[in-house]
Amino acid sequence: MKYKVPLIFAFVCGILVVISEFIPHRPFNMLITTLQDWFMIISGFAIILGQISLFQANIKKIRGKNPDWPFYLAGLISFSIMLIVGLFWGTQEYRGILGHGDKIQAAIGMKPFDYLFANAFMPLSSTMFSLLAFFIASAAYRAFIIRSFESNLLMITAVIVMLGRTSFGGMLTSWLPQGLYFLHLPNLSDFIMEFPNSAAQRAILISAALGIIGSSLRIILGIERSYLGGDK
Amino acid sequence: MSGFMATFGLWLSVFFTLSIFSFLYKDNPFYKLSEQIFVGLSAAYWLVYLYYSVMVPNLFNKLFTDFKGNLILLIPTVLGLMMLLRLIPKTQWLSRYPIAIMIGTSAGINMVRYAKTDLLGQISATMINPFAADNVVTVIGNILLIVGTICGVYFFYFSKKQEGIRAVPSKLGIWFLMISFGASFGYTVMARISLLIGRLEFLLKDWLHIIK
Repeated sequence: MKYKVPLIFAFVCGILVVISEFIPHRPFNMLITTLQDWFMIISGFAIILGQISLFQANIKKIRGKNPDWPFYLAGLISFSIMLIVGLFWGTQEYRGILGHGDKIQAAIGMKPFDYLFANAFMPLSSTMFSLLAFFIASAAYRAFIIRSFESNLLMITAVIVMLGRTSFGGMLTSWLPQGLYFLHLPNLSDFIMEFPNSAAQRAILISAALGIIGSSLRIILGIERSYLGGDK
Repeated sequence: MSGFMATFGLWLSVFFTLSIFSFLYKDNPFYKLSEQIFVGLSAAYWLVYLYYSVMVPNLFNKLFTDFKGNLILLIPTVLGLMMLLRLIPKTQWLSRYPIAIMIGTSAGINMVRYAKTDLLGQISATMINPFAADNVVTVIGNILLIVGTICGVYFFYFSKKQEGIRAVPSKLGIWFLMISFGASFGYTVMARISLLIGRLEFLLKDWLHIIK
């Protein structure tokens, strides 16, 4: 009951979806739409589960007086504020439970959710990701000092692509004669992106697709069961 | 009030930007505070986004406007609630039912989708006549495209040890993959640098008014 019924559910749902692809008539064509709608709704609950879990983990750290507990408290407060203002007064596109919050909008110039998005979430996320530029540079330095042909190939391609996408790169090779214009950095960068890069991406896509088809079959047939967890 | 809130918002952005950048020196309380606030805000942002774009149109609106006509939606609702039972140790096993339905459905969808687009689609896109192009550069490119795809796929064939003559296409495949990783690396660096320029522009233009 605890183990076999879920496996039967997975098998039936998987087979129904596959069959519906080959029989585009009622009731099969409706089944896939219904299952996809259900999938979206259940995924919604799964995300709620994730957020509750995050909340619980933070509360545990605060209660246990973890060395950094004031920061976790700040995280919980920011989570609660963003969630409350989003649900009560909605976002730019949607109406909240208490309406659009016209008075608050008049006071702060926009909806509180959008205010927090523009002045806290957006600067935080873009700065956090821009910080990666420095770490990528240091990681690249460490990676490229391993002098192999492959690592050189990677570095040379990266440099050509980076230079080819800037006006400086175009300026560097603008003196090339018409006959050698395919070596002009922006053209070379386009060539790399269009041919060798596409070839490798295709190889990855084809191989990954084979892997996904194999694992999907294993899941549908009940060979792969790790997603069900332990036997509690 | 609106003017004050705009100024307050600007200073809030500056505080968060400088706090995150302070990590470049070393880990410090300002960074830790901003990091946790970022985690909290992004979790809540995605939850609100999910509520308005998934739960409201697909579930709540349908149930509130025509409950009898949408009775079938109670099944995913109950399954979703069963998913939340994972939080209670004694009823944890009940969450296996919605998980199994989700995994089974996505396995079925992915199997067909990837077979169509990524497997057959990409193979048929590679089956081209390389000499049909009107210039030499494209002909060379097309040959590289075909050779690179075949060698790349061959590299991922792990069922037999690749040695001797069999290692040659595998080696070629690695080279193509390295070129692709280099291109992706270049693009990632460019994207991060443009974000960095955006933040510096914000500090120097919007906050300090040093540049116009």
